[in-house]
Amino acid sequence: MSENQEVDIIDEVISQDYKYGFSTDIEMETAPMGLSEEIVRFISAKKNEPEWLLEWRLKAYRYWLTLKEPTWQNFSYPKVNYQDIIFYAAPKQKITLDSLDQVDPELLKTFEKLGISLTEQKRLTGVAVDAVFDSVSIATTFKDQLKEKGVIFCAISEAVHEHPELVRKYLGSVVPATDNYYAALNSAVFSDGSFVYIPKGVRCPMELSTYFRINAENTGQFERTLIIADDNSYVSYLEGCTAPMRDENQLHAAVVELVTHNHAEIKYSTVQNWYPGDKEGKGGIYNFVTKRGICEGSHSKISWTQVETGSAITWKYPSCILKGDYSTGEFFSVAVTNNHQLADTGTKMVHIGKHTKSRIVSKGISAGKSHNTYRGLVKVNKKAEKSRNHTQCDSMLIGDRSGAHTFPYIEVNNNTSQVEHEASTSKIGEDQLFYCNQRGIGTEEAIGLIVNGFCKEVLNQLPMEFAVEAQKLLAVSLEGSVG
Amino acid sequence: MNEIEKIGNQTLSPLGRVGEGLLSIKNLKAEIEGKKILNGINLEVKAGEVHAIMGPNGAGKSTLSAVLAGRADYDVTEGSVTLDGKDLLDMSAEDRAREGVFLAFQYPIEIPGVSTTNFLKTAVNEKRKYQGLEPMEATDFLKLMRQKMEFVEMDKSLTSRSLNEGFSGGEKKRNEIFQMAMLEPKLSILDETDSGLDIDALRLVSEGVNKLRSKDNAYIVITHYQRLLDYIVPDFVHVLYKGRIVKSGDASLAKELELKGYDWIKAEVEASM
Ligand SMILES: Nc1ncnc2c1ncn2[C@@H]1O[C@H](COP(=O)(O)OP(=O)(O)OP(=O)(O)O)[C@@H](O)[C@H]1O
Ligand SMILES: [Mg+2]
Repeated sequence: MSENQEVDIIDEVISQDYKYGFSTDIEMETAPMGLSEEIVRFISAKKNEPEWLLEWRLKAYRYWLTLKEPTWQNFSYPKVNYQDIIFYAAPKQKITLDSLDQVDPELLKTFEKLGISLTEQKRLTGVAVDAVFDSVSIATTFKDQLKEKGVIFCAISEAVHEHPELVRKYLGSVVPATDNYYAALNSAVFSDGSFVYIPKGVRCPMELSTYFRINAENTGQFERTLIIADDNSYVSYLEGCTAPMRDENQLHAAVVELVTHNHAEIKYSTVQNWYPGDKEGKGGIYNFVTKRGICEGSHSKISWTQVETGSAITWKYPSCILKGDYSTGEFFSVAVTNNHQLADTGTKMVHIGKHTKSRIVSKGISAGKSHNTYRGLVKVNKKAEKSRNHTQCDSMLIGDRSGAHTFPYIEVNNNTSQVEHEASTSKIGEDQLFYCNQRGIGTEEAIGLIVNGFCKEVLNQLPMEFAVEAQKLLAVSLEGSVG
Repeated sequence: MNEIEKIGNQTLSPLGRVGEGLLSIKNLKAEIEGKKILNGINLEVKAGEVHAIMGPNGAGKSTLSAVLAGRADYDVTEGSVTLDGKDLLDMSAEDRAREGVFLAFQYPIEIPGVSTTNFLKTAVNEKRKYQGLEPMEATDFLKLMRQKMEFVEMDKSLTSRSLNEGFSGGEKKRNEIFQMAMLEPKLSILDETDSGLDIDALRLVSEGVNKLRSKDNAYIVITHYQRLLDYIVPDFVHVLYKGRIVKSGDASLAKELELKGYDWIKAEVEASM
């Protein structure tokens, strides 16, 4: 990115709060509050699903009933009452849309307001977007152009009908319904999300992106994303999200599964900006997400990049199972917490194949009274000979009431592999701020500048236009962090 | 003593108001954590002038520059400072900078991940915003950069690296003067910019400063050595000791100090107390 842009961003960020906090007034169709087998059936019926999928959901639901909410995280939060959540909410409109003309203009306006244009001709850049509003996918752009290359990019509810063999083969293959409490819950009630398949030898001609928006009150969002990159293919995918400001906490429990075959690569980027709650810690999204990729084939690669600025609580560990020999897993993360936000995030790199490599770069920034935890596991199996990992974990504290915590777990079961861990904690110093001030740069801009510098390595991983967005977000989410 | 100071001010201030008075420091007292460091500084600097401030270690030279630049850690307990007639003490550090105060730090600060280019672009545009101007066009900015880099023969590769990170001592100092050239301040305070510079760099940096000198700006040069003043010839030399300016003179005072050290001045001060 050019220096020019970097500075423009800092310029642009004038004191403002969460700017995506508006809500859209639109007629909705919702499931009754609460969770039961009936609700699971209701959702499945709404989506007109085949029997096998209903069975799959019910199995997950029954399993979920036997589980208890996990308690090992480094924070506490008020218990979620699952009977107070609406598990399905959709704008009232025809289920299948032939063209954007049929989309409710209110919805198009909502996405325009969020900076996401769904009208293809208006988009300057070649990014295909799938827009998910509450429980359903509203529109997917550039479908035809992608189809020419054989790329499938659509709502998962659509893929269930159009590509049942692929969905059936891969759904739950990386994150089984029995994986954990939230994965089981998601498997039972997931509403929509994106499905991507890149055929053999195809380099996806444009960035793919899904934009998630929670709008309705008292709803949870449980989307499911499944991306498959067949042999020798490549795709870069980005996920973005926002929600209105509401006083109650809302649950977001997504599952993302990635599969790469021989010599394939998936680059998955997230710019997470769910509503973080107000300055006193009221409201905000609970972002409890299971993200995992498997490098099934040899020489394949999965790269997670995340910029986490939103949510009241973020609890997620995008992970890589490095099964194919010579496969590579990467995790680049920036997590910013301010006010009363909590983040417990990191990754798991499981080395199974020989000569597998993983790299972890985590940058945590804590301001206000927030707490930011990095938790990471690097596990090298006995047969994963000559594998390598490098972890770098840097924390930055702003003010003196915030906390940074690091829990690296390392497990190496052979003696030909090499694992390195580096960690640092720094504070934005008075000296640095004064130096900036002395050059005419105010304190808020100075923090933006210093934090963006601190995260540079990670931000550089993002596709250009999202990097710009991410930089803005970093600056905005730290506003008012120095008194 | 106070009476004499007052009289001194009265005799000086009319001169300061003749038209080109830029900086006016009156009876400035400052302390940190209850420790008194500046004990009544008086100084008038007119546009076009160069004032050298010398004095033993710990005399308060860096403290004076930090107080002028607006570092919040110091409490100003008495006195006033104006720049172009505006009350400087009432302004935030960033506004002082935007009004034209520049401090070349004795120990420049590192900012990882932020290039000098990006840093300066922000600084230049913040100042422009303050002046009600549009941000500078990228091409104009880069042109300005190139031009100013030549002043101090700054290596181009330095500007794309993280600000001051891993810079040698001399490179940091040169970068300070480069920034000064970019920001075109009215009042520049150079705090021991010469320390750490090799002989060639000292000449280069000094020549850079001389080129930037004009009838509209002024310099306060803090140094321990005559060497620098051979290049940047001061109009006045002041000796700061125990938080006070205890002696002022012309360029020859620095030469005298070089020969004799500070003991004779210290003795004079002790005797007069
Ligand atoms: N933060 C602080 N806390 C306590 N004392 C301080 C602080 N900062 C400065 N001082 C003291 O104030 C006095 C003046 O320091 P200052 O740095 O201004 O001296 P100086 O004249 O610049 O010296 P040098 O020639 O060594 O650079 C010193 O005694 C120093 O120890
Ligand atoms: Mg000093």
